[in-house]
Amino acid sequence: MTHKASEVRLEGIGKRFGETWAVRGVSLHVRAGEFYTFLGPSGCGKTTLLRIIAGFAFPDEGGVWLDAELVNALPPWRRDVGMVFQSYAIWPHMTVFENVAFGLRERGVPRAEIGARVAEALCMVNLEGLEGRRPSQLSGGQQQRVALARTLVVQPRVLLLDEPLSNLDARLRAQMRLELLKLQRDLGITTIYVTHDQEEALALSTRIAVMSVGAVVQEGTPREIYEAPRERFVAEFVGAANLLGGEVRRVTGNTIAVMTDLGVEVQVARPVPDAAESGRILLTIRPEAMDLLPPGSRSEGHNRLEGKVAASAFQGAAIQYEVEIGGTLLRASVTNPKGKRLFQRGDPVVVVFAPEDVGIVGG
Amino acid sequence: MTRPQQTSAIALPLGATRRRWEWGQAIVLAGLLTLLTLFILYPLLRVLVVAVSDGRGFTLRHLLNFFDRPLFREALLNSLASGGLAVLFGSLLGVPLAYFSVRYQFRGKLLLQTLGVLPLVIPPFVGAVALQLILGRSGMVNLLLLRWIGTSVPFMEGLAGVILVQTLHYFPFIMLNTAVSLANIDPSLEEMAQNLGSHGWRLFRRVTLPLMLPGYVAGCLLTFIRVIDDLGTPLMLNYTKLLAPQAYLRITTIGIDDVDGYVVCVILVVLSLASLWAARKYLGLSEYATVQRGTTGAEIARPIRGVKLAVVLGVSAVMLGVSLLPHLGILLLSLSRIWSFSLLPTVYTLGNYEEILFRTPHFVKNTLLYALLAAGVDVVLGAAIAWLLLRGRVFGRNLLDAIATMPLAIPGVVLAVGYLRVFHGWDFPGLGGPLTGSWVILVIAYSMRRLPYTVRACFAALQQIHVSLEEAAQNLGANQVRTFRKVTFPLMVGGLVAGGLISFMTSAVELSSTIMLVPRIELGPIAYGIYVYMQSAIGRGPGAALGVVAILLVALCTYVTNRIFAGRSGTAFRV
Repeated sequence: MTHKASEVRLEGIGKRFGETWAVRGVSLHVRAGEFYTFLGPSGCGKTTLLRIIAGFAFPDEGGVWLDAELVNALPPWRRDVGMVFQSYAIWPHMTVFENVAFGLRERGVPRAEIGARVAEALCMVNLEGLEGRRPSQLSGGQQQRVALARTLVVQPRVLLLDEPLSNLDARLRAQMRLELLKLQRDLGITTIYVTHDQEEALALSTRIAVMSVGAVVQEGTPREIYEAPRERFVAEFVGAANLLGGEVRRVTGNTIAVMTDLGVEVQVARPVPDAAESGRILLTIRPEAMDLLPPGSRSEGHNRLEGKVAASAFQGAAIQYEVEIGGTLLRASVTNPKGKRLFQRGDPVVVVFAPEDVGIVGG
Repeated sequence: MTRPQQTSAIALPLGATRRRWEWGQAIVLAGLLTLLTLFILYPLLRVLVVAVSDGRGFTLRHLLNFFDRPLFREALLNSLASGGLAVLFGSLLGVPLAYFSVRYQFRGKLLLQTLGVLPLVIPPFVGAVALQLILGRSGMVNLLLLRWIGTSVPFMEGLAGVILVQTLHYFPFIMLNTAVSLANIDPSLEEMAQNLGSHGWRLFRRVTLPLMLPGYVAGCLLTFIRVIDDLGTPLMLNYTKLLAPQAYLRITTIGIDDVDGYVVCVILVVLSLASLWAARKYLGLSEYATVQRGTTGAEIARPIRGVKLAVVLGVSAVMLGVSLLPHLGILLLSLSRIWSFSLLPTVYTLGNYEEILFRTPHFVKNTLLYALLAAGVDVVLGAAIAWLLLRGRVFGRNLLDAIATMPLAIPGVVLAVGYLRVFHGWDFPGLGGPLTGSWVILVIAYSMRRLPYTVRACFAALQQIHVSLEEAAQNLGANQVRTFRKVTFPLMVGGLVAGGLISFMTSAVELSSTIMLVPRIELGPIAYGIYVYMQSAIGRGPGAALGVVAILLVALCTYVTNRIFAGRSGTAFRV
C-alpha cells in the first residue's frame, strides 16, 4: 500500500514568544516520501517548527507550503497532516478502537468500512485484537503504537512525529526504531521527525537538519552530517568527535600537512577547503577511527600521537579510552576488542589513525 | 475527600525508638478517634437509633409513616427539586462563564473571574433577605413592573424563591469547579483531535466534555448536598415545606422527643451520604483526564474579537449583574431606616451600624471568638490527622479519615439535633450545666462541621512535601521532632493557615446548627443576630448591617486565602 505523499516547503519561517525568537529564517524543502529529521538539543526550536507545520502555532514570519499550496491560514483540522505527540495523547475515555476510528469518523467514512480499516491499521502496528482495551490497560509501547495507528489510518499526506520514542525504555526504543523505519519505507509517506537523539536521526532519516538556537546549522544526508560536519556544533552534537585545531603547513597534491595545537604534525588526506590555503583549520577524528598500540610498535602511513591512558572502560562491543596527549584528552573507541590488549590507566600508548579518517570541519 | 493511597511513611529504626514512636502515634490516634466519635459519630448514631426504634426495639414503622404523610412527601420532593434545579440553573450560569474564563483571552477577563466569586462571600440566607427586597412581591423590580406593565412576576414566591437564592449563591462554586476541570485537561488531547479533523462543537462534545465531566459532576453533587441541607434560607423566606426546616420545626415546636423530626434527619443524611459517595467516585474518575502534562507550548486561552467578544462580554455582564443583586440589596438595606413599598429606601441612616456596633456588639464579638476558636481547633486536629494519614504507620488511620470526612454528609440540622439529644440533661464537668447551655457547644459544632475542609487543606499541604526532604534532614542528624519543626512545619504552614481561614470564614456565617444550639440570644453569633433581627420589620436595617459585616469578614478571608494560594482560588473552594 502506498500513501499519498506531499512535499513540504518552509520559507523564511520565524516565530517569536514574547521577546525571544524560537525559530528565525528557517527555509527548507522536504521532498515527497522523504524521512526528514529535525535534530537538535532542547530549546533549539525543532518542536516549534513541527507545530507550525501542523497548524498549532502561527508563524510570525514566512510561509508554509504543502504541495504548492500556502497553508498559513489553514486551521489544523483541514491540513491533513498526521501528528504523533510525544505524550501520545491517547484519549482515556475511549477504547483503542474508538481512538483509532476517530479520524475516520470525522471524515464521514461509512461504519462498515471503519471496522475493516481500524483492524488493518492495528495489524500494521502489531496490535491486532486489542480493539476493546482501554488506554489505562496498555503499556507505554502499546500506547505509542495506538497513537501511530490512529494517525496512519486516515492516510495523511504528511506524517509528523514529535520525539515519539523518548518515553520508551532503551530496548523498546531500539526495537520501535526498526519498526518505524520499515513502516515508513513500506508506506512511502513523507515523514518529518523531531528528536534530540542523534543515533535515531542517523538510523531513520534520508536527510537531517541539525538545528541550534532557532536556526538550521547544517542540512544533509546522515553520512554527510556525520563525515563532513560543517561546523563545530554539528561535529560535537552528532556522534562523538575529537576536535583538533592547527595550522596548515604544506599542501601536497591531495594531502595536507597540519601542525596541530598538540605540537604534532598530522597528515590529512582531503582536498584543502577553499577558505584555508594556509592558516587555521579545525580537524575532527571519530573515536572509532583510532587504534591504540603499545609504544614502539610500527604503523606505516598512519598518524601517530603519543600519550598516556587516562581512563579505560570495557563496553562489550568496544573499549572506550580516554588518552591524555599534550594536555588534551582524546577519546578513542577500539572496536572488536577480542584478542586485543586492554590498556590500563597510566599506560603509555600510541594513538594511530589513517589520514583518510581525518575530517575537516567546514570543509 | 482524602484518599491516602500513597502513604510515604518514614523508615523507622528498629527497637525501642520505633516502639516508642508507634505507641505515641497510637495514643494520638486513639485520642482523636475518641474525640471525633463523641462529637460526630455518636450524635449521628443516636439520631438514627431514635428514628428506628420505639418502646419495644428496632422498627421501621416511623420511616414508613414518613412516606405516608403528605406534608413530608411534599417536603422530600421539594428538597429534591430545589437541589436539582439549583444545580441545573447554577450550571447554566456557571459552565459558560467557566468556559469563557478558561478558554478565551480578552480584556476584562480578570474582572469577570473576580466578580464571579463574589456571590460566595454572601451567605445564602443573607442573600435571601436582599433578594426579597429586590425581587419580592413588593420589591424593586416588581414595583417597576407594576408601574410599567401592570403585572408582577412572582420571582420569590414559595419554592421558586428558595431555588433562586440557592442558584445565585452556588453558581460560582460550580463555575470554579468546572474551570478547574477544564484547565486540567491535557491540551495535547484536544490538539490531537484537531489534527484528525475535528473542531468546534464536535470537538467539544467528543473530547472536551467527557474529559471535564467527572470533575464537574462531583461539584454538582456537593452543591446538591449543601442546597438540601440549608436551613437558613427557607426560614428567612418563610417557606418550610422542605426537609431541613421540617426537622427544625418538629424538634423546636413539638419537642426533643418527637420522632418525626429524627426521621426527617435520617432521610437528609441518607440523601447526603449517597451524594457524597457518588461524588467521591466521580472525583476518582476525574484523575484520568490529566494523562500527561508535557509542555507543548500550547496557548490554551484564545483571544477573541468582534461579535464573539461582544456576546461573551454581554452574557457575562448580565449573569454577573444578576448575581450581584443580593450584595446591592443588603448594602442599601443596611443604610436605610425606612424601605418598604418603594423602589429605594426613603430614609437613609447610619444608625443601623451604630446599633450593631455599639448597642449589640455581642453578635460580632461572639462570632470572632467562636470562629477563631473553631479555626484553631480545626487546624490542630486537621494537621494531626493529615500527619497520621500521610506519615503514620498505625492501624486505624482510614477509620479516622472516614469519620473526619463524615460531617460533609451531616446537615447542620442533624448535627444540632444529635447534640441536643446527647448532651442535654447531663452536666458537663467544669461548666456547671449541660454542654448545650453554654456557647462551647457552638464552637464544637463549628469545628466538627468544618473539619473535613481543614483536613483536606493540611493533607494537600503535607502531600506536597516529599518524604525525601525529611529524610535528608534525618540523614544529616536531626531527629523526628527537630525534623518536623525545621522542615515539615514551615513547609506546611501555608496550607495550615489556608485551612484555618476556610474554617474561620465558614464558621462565621454558619446558621443551620446555630439556630438550634444557641442557648441565649446574647450568646449568638452574627448569623443568629441576623436571623433574630429579620423577624421584625424594624429590625431589618440592623440585620442587614450585620449582614454587611459578615460579608466583609468573608471577603477579607477569601482575599487572604487567595494570596496564600497565589491565584489558584479554585482549589480553596473545591472539595
